[in-house]
Amino acid sequence: MTRIYIPADAQAVALAADRVAAAFEQRAQGRDVTIVRTGSRGLFWLEPMVEVETKDGRVAYGPVKPGDVGGLLEAGVLEGGPHRLRLGDPAAIPYLARQTRLTFARCGIVDPVSVEDYVAQVGYRGLSQALSIEPVEIVDIVKASGLRGRGGAGFPTGIKWSTVQLAEADQKYIVCNADEGDSGTFADRMLMEGDPFALIEGMTIAGLAVGATKGFIYIRSEYPHAIRTMDRAIATATAAGYLGPSVAQSGRAFTIETRTGAGAYICGEETALLDSLEGKRGMVRAKPPLPAMKGLFGKPTVVNNVLSLATVPWILDHGAQAYADFGMGRSRGTLPFQLAGNVKRGGLIELAFGTTLREVVEEFGGGTRSGRPVRAVQVGGPLGAYFPQNLLDTPLDYEAFAAQKGLLGHGGIVVFDDTVDLAEQARFAFEFCAKESCGKCTPCRIGSTRGVETVDRILAGIEREKNLDVLVDLCEVMTDGSLCAMGGLTPVPVLSALTHFPEDFRRSPARAAAE
Amino acid sequence: MSHESWAPERAAEVIAAHVSLDGATLPILHALQHTFGYVPTDAVPMIAEALNLSRAEVHGVLTFYHDFRREPAGRHVVRLCRAEACQAVGAVAVANHAKARLGIDWHGTTDDGRFTLEPVFCLGLCACGPAALIDGEPVAGLDPAALDLCLEACA
Ligand SMILES: Cc1cc2nc3c(=O)[nH]c(=O)nc-3n(C[C@H](O)[C@H](O)[C@H](O)COP(=O)(O)O)c2cc1C
Ligand code: SF4
Ligand code: FES
Repeated sequence: MTRIYIPADAQAVALAADRVAAAFEQRAQGRDVTIVRTGSRGLFWLEPMVEVETKDGRVAYGPVKPGDVGGLLEAGVLEGGPHRLRLGDPAAIPYLARQTRLTFARCGIVDPVSVEDYVAQVGYRGLSQALSIEPVEIVDIVKASGLRGRGGAGFPTGIKWSTVQLAEADQKYIVCNADEGDSGTFADRMLMEGDPFALIEGMTIAGLAVGATKGFIYIRSEYPHAIRTMDRAIATATAAGYLGPSVAQSGRAFTIETRTGAGAYICGEETALLDSLEGKRGMVRAKPPLPAMKGLFGKPTVVNNVLSLATVPWILDHGAQAYADFGMGRSRGTLPFQLAGNVKRGGLIELAFGTTLREVVEEFGGGTRSGRPVRAVQVGGPLGAYFPQNLLDTPLDYEAFAAQKGLLGHGGIVVFDDTVDLAEQARFAFEFCAKESCGKCTPCRIGSTRGVETVDRILAGIEREKNLDVLVDLCEVMTDGSLCAMGGLTPVPVLSALTHFPEDFRRSPARAAAE
Repeated sequence: MSHESWAPERAAEVIAAHVSLDGATLPILHALQHTFGYVPTDAVPMIAEALNLSRAEVHGVLTFYHDFRREPAGRHVVRLCRAEACQAVGAVAVANHAKARLGIDWHGTTDDGRFTLEPVFCLGLCACGPAALIDGEPVAGLDPAALDLCLEACA
């Protein structure tokens, strides 16, 4: 029997992976083949990338269109035969070979809903380690690994866990933040679609560490595929005894339920997320109290991003030091970067911290898809800075980005060519904030709308110098006076646009209108 | 996508199926929208009663979230990504084309009830934009011509 692996990742499906799978199903009839739908390895310009299990290991072909399937079978794909789409050993493709895949070690390789596959690929070893030690030791390992929250704020995960562990309560919760609202990010989605057991295992370990028996995964509604896969994986893990009243026969309980968001970016902010999970409007709560003390339904709660949690099994399995050995400065381990926008080779790039932005954009990305020069790169989602060419040598590290008035956020890297208008992007940052603000505080709610109007006046050439000053003042008020980072960081993209691309705010109105 | 017509008994069933979940409001709203294609105003007092909330509270939740529709949608829902990574590869042109071709703005439904156009901020398909979800199916690499093909494929 020959196994054919075809991604069912949403991005691959958007590129016709389902039709490719159907074509194989139909044309390979009568041959001894099994089609396994996997996640994606994250080399999206090669999707749908089909892999065949041969006697010499896996051989990849891509990008495969439905119409290529007949030809591929004639060329002997089942034996790894030659074809113009043949890519050879997928792990040897330089884009992958240059990465350090810890969190994404299995994604795109395993059958995402097969617990046997997960265990065969060294899954659940972190859990058995966790079950063999004291909860406080689990927290110590996570602390020592240097793991920082991958949702954006970069808070040390172990310290958060420790607070929840020490809190006294009859009920505690693990909440996974899978709201992934940042433009240019898709790592959470890929992981949930490609290796959901890693997240389940990570949440289970978190539960054991802090004494929580119940977990929720809050997944944005824009991710229907991830929701389906996660639900199936949870059901499978429950049936196999890895979730339930006695996790892996340990006598200790842990269960997980998914909840679906409803199209509000602010619900990615952890306290708004908790309100939303409780069935309310997603309003940001004032801190303190921290969610670690008073979180979901008022109980001590760990809120962590998908990637933070899904990395924990690796750390428990390999040890804190093995993880901390990667990275630079206070940014330890790896970050799964996501390269997107106007780029030739977009995809998931898990790297140790410290690689430069330029290496990712130029060497991995291969420049723009349009073939025009790169003009700006936005890092860290809609609240992240636009970097010009001369800052592309900034190393990908939390502190180095902060020093350039930017942020790494959730690791999204969005490339723009020289047709981008940074004044328009600044306007969009305000517009987005105005749309998505929870409305609790004035600088954010009113300031963002004022920002849109001010940029419009600047572009129309109305009292330009005065309005440029207004813009800077407005940013200051939002930075200082907002309750959360939605209002507080919207000035980041705006000011970076103004600082690095001032000419875009000073074009003649006639030209601005003509474009 | 076909939806059931509004029927209070059916709504009561849907609500009952989710009422015991922790934080049941959003699951109920999603389930109602899934069933009827929107959340009818008549459902609000039913949800309020089931969850022991005021109508104002349920109304507040319903209107806070962009996902929930209070009017029936067209037979096909086109959710176009408007976020930065898709902007970088021409999403604005695709959106303008969609609006012009369908003769509607964001959140509008065509007169023949065939299409509803909705904006969405990122679908996680940012490596191959511009992206959309058409009746829940992801599509990537859109340009005006590719969008036309997608629309024509919708019955
Ligand atoms: C406006 C806003 C949106 C956010 N969106 C997300 C998100 O989509 N996913 C996420 O994990 N964290 C998001 N965060 C960060 C969370 O508030 C929180 O820091 C995070 O979930 C904690 O998990 P971590 O420590 O594992 O990163 C957002 C924060 C803000 C202010
Ligand atoms: S900054 Fe904006 S999103 Fe954050 S709490 Fe204030 S109003 Fe809400
Ligand atoms: S920005 Fe359009 S899919 Fe992410």
